[in-house]
Amino acid sequence: MLAVGLTVAGIAIAAMLTLQAFKDSMMFFVEISEVEKGNYPADRNFRVGGLVVEGSVQRAPGELMVAFDLTDLTSKLTVNYAGILPDLFREGQGIVAHGRLNDSGTFVADEVLAKHDENYMPPEVADSLAKAAAAQEAISKSEAAKQ
Amino acid sequence: MIPEVGHFALILALALSICQCALPLLGAHRNDQAMMGVARPAAVGQFVFIAISFGCLTWSFLQSDFSVLYVASHSQLSLPTAYKISAVWGAHEGSLLLWVLLLAGWTVLVCRYSSELPEKFSARVIAVMGGLSFGFLLFTLLTSNPFERLLPAAADGADLNPLLQDPGLAIHPPILYIGYVGFSVAFAFAIAAMISGDLDQKWARWTRPWTTSAWLFLTVGIALGSWWAYYELGWGGWWFWDPVENASFMPWLIGTALIHSLAVTEKRGLFKSWTLLLAISAFSLSLLGTFLVRSGILISVHSFAVDPERGLFILAFLGIVIGGALVLYAWRAPSMDSEAGFRPVSRETFLVLNNVLLVIATALILGGTLAPLFVELLDGSKISVGPPYFEIAFAIPMVPLVLLMAIGMHTAWRNQAPKALVNKLRLPAMVAVVVGILIPLIFYGGTSVMLAVGAIAAIWVMLASVIDPIRSWKRGAGSVALTRGAIGMSVAHFGVGFFVLGVTVVSAFTVEADRSLRIGDRENVAGYEFELRGLKNTTGPNYQALEGEVDIYKDGDFIGQVRPQKRTYLVQKSPMTEAGIDAGWNRDLFVALGDPLGNDAWSVRLQYKPLIRFIWLGAFIMALGGLIAASDRRYRLTATQKESVRIQQGEPA
Repeated sequence: MLAVGLTVAGIAIAAMLTLQAFKDSMMFFVEISEVEKGNYPADRNFRVGGLVVEGSVQRAPGELMVAFDLTDLTSKLTVNYAGILPDLFREGQGIVAHGRLNDSGTFVADEVLAKHDENYMPPEVADSLAKAAAAQEAISKSEAAKQ
Repeated sequence: MIPEVGHFALILALALSICQCALPLLGAHRNDQAMMGVARPAAVGQFVFIAISFGCLTWSFLQSDFSVLYVASHSQLSLPTAYKISAVWGAHEGSLLLWVLLLAGWTVLVCRYSSELPEKFSARVIAVMGGLSFGFLLFTLLTSNPFERLLPAAADGADLNPLLQDPGLAIHPPILYIGYVGFSVAFAFAIAAMISGDLDQKWARWTRPWTTSAWLFLTVGIALGSWWAYYELGWGGWWFWDPVENASFMPWLIGTALIHSLAVTEKRGLFKSWTLLLAISAFSLSLLGTFLVRSGILISVHSFAVDPERGLFILAFLGIVIGGALVLYAWRAPSMDSEAGFRPVSRETFLVLNNVLLVIATALILGGTLAPLFVELLDGSKISVGPPYFEIAFAIPMVPLVLLMAIGMHTAWRNQAPKALVNKLRLPAMVAVVVGILIPLIFYGGTSVMLAVGAIAAIWVMLASVIDPIRSWKRGAGSVALTRGAIGMSVAHFGVGFFVLGVTVVSAFTVEADRSLRIGDRENVAGYEFELRGLKNTTGPNYQALEGEVDIYKDGDFIGQVRPQKRTYLVQKSPMTEAGIDAGWNRDLFVALGDPLGNDAWSVRLQYKPLIRFIWLGAFIMALGGLIAASDRRYRLTATQKESVRIQQGEPA
């Protein structure tokens, strides 16, 4: 009986730990326009993705800290990162960043990913760009209709 | 001309695979010798034609025939010859061709070493493998033809992805594939046994060496992949829990469970239907893994739609193979119950626990890998599941598994007197606890609960693994020698302990630092001084590189220089980080060059990785154990001889 009880308790604890770990390490991908609207998980890490805006990469000379803007072509988000950027990081390239938003609305990344393929666009980024473009088109159409 | 020969050979192989599948199945059903006799020649013929086809593709690469689309997309004139060859399996189409070549190769081996099997049984095994080959060949020809022409031909190729231009990655895919495809043999044996409806202990004995061989290649393949990721992806991690890695790891876990479950089925005739299910699952997961990775479905649901033709074919093929096998299983397995019993303290019990824990680990990894897919299908939101989940989900079943492993290998079949077991293992247990707590304290100056648990488990398994070999060696000549099966088991389990020790120490004591360095600057990381001496330009066959010279000192003494590179490959214009590693048996010092930061400063990643070599070495030791066990001579004897040998030798596992 004792053995059975211990086993059941052990499995229950293991299941709880696993579920907790799953909850903690699950990250949502949030589109930049949604971040701008304030629709993002406040106290946990999430992922953003977009194109690095041309000419936006800035760093203090000799320092690791780097700042750049990320766009889905309609909205913009400033990202700060202290670390080594991936090989394929460059302006105009699609990237994904993990991190969270600070109080001043800057995304503080603890990981920046760029895939090892020149033609590769992270799927989430491609999707998010397409959505933003569709929204833009809808707006310009409705404006055209008004005139 | 040559590409057309290759294409045509592939079509002939497809035709032969139909004969190889249909005729022996029908022949076994009708008891027709002639039809069953088709199996072996058809399999050999198929292998020859696929080999011709593979040779033609390799030739096209060596000749840089850029009128072949696949060659033009994945090669280039100045690519070194070795990489022109490895480029053959550098992308989807060619790796499929490699897959069918290896499948045909395994089939030929089965033909060669199955002469002792009942004719009907071997005919069915070869037929099932022919059926699998048919599916793959059809897939290759219909959706992924590597011989497709490009007209007009390109003047030069687009080059092989620079990441793949590395000796480690040149041999990693073939070895991994040998493992993946090798599980098809156990699968075919299982299907053949279910068709005939009689599954006895001989079946398990025939299946064991094949399964162990496939498993050892998979082990080496995964270890090579991890090693490659460590030095080539640039940032010093050795396992990332990404879908591609998980896809290779899940069949490995189930394959490991299968090896252990086969031991019970062979020795005691138990768990027959469970063993069958594992044999089906191991290969199904191999298929699922390869295809899901190749189709890109795991990265995102959307990449599935990029090539709906391939996606649909994959789904249909998976449905037929896995679904068909499971239907057959549901129909046949219930009639294969066994009646022998065993006591709570017995090797059977420990092997059940082994299987339960391995299956739990696989299920948790599968869940984490597929979760993003299901969440996106259900409510459209995109999530990713990070390494912390996998680390915890994997550690929970693995800690008890490793602790129990040491006891299990010293437990007798049927019934074990607990007292004798305690006597045998008391000393190793005490030594493991003391050493496991002291090692981190003495060598690394600290410990924690997780660290102590890992180190104790590792040393406990290593000690328990050497008890029997040492005893047998002490008794010297004249005493009963351990069988290769038993030695193989000891070696493989020792490898597990080695691996666990490496993982534990690396996770606990790695020091990582991203720093900004100017020429002449020194940085201290984990007691090692790194000095950037200089930067110079250098060129390779198809790339230019900026090479850093970093001198490393310990306590003021010079211990070596590493030269990390930042390469730019000329054709694809893509940058690549080539780490500089000062390797030692007990630690690696890892230096990677980042970006220019202005003011002549460069970002540099410096890492200290204690015992990281134990991780891969442990995996190679496991594979060596598999090799020893698979070569046990009892697998080559006939059933009657086997019985007498077993009586003489006692009962090894």
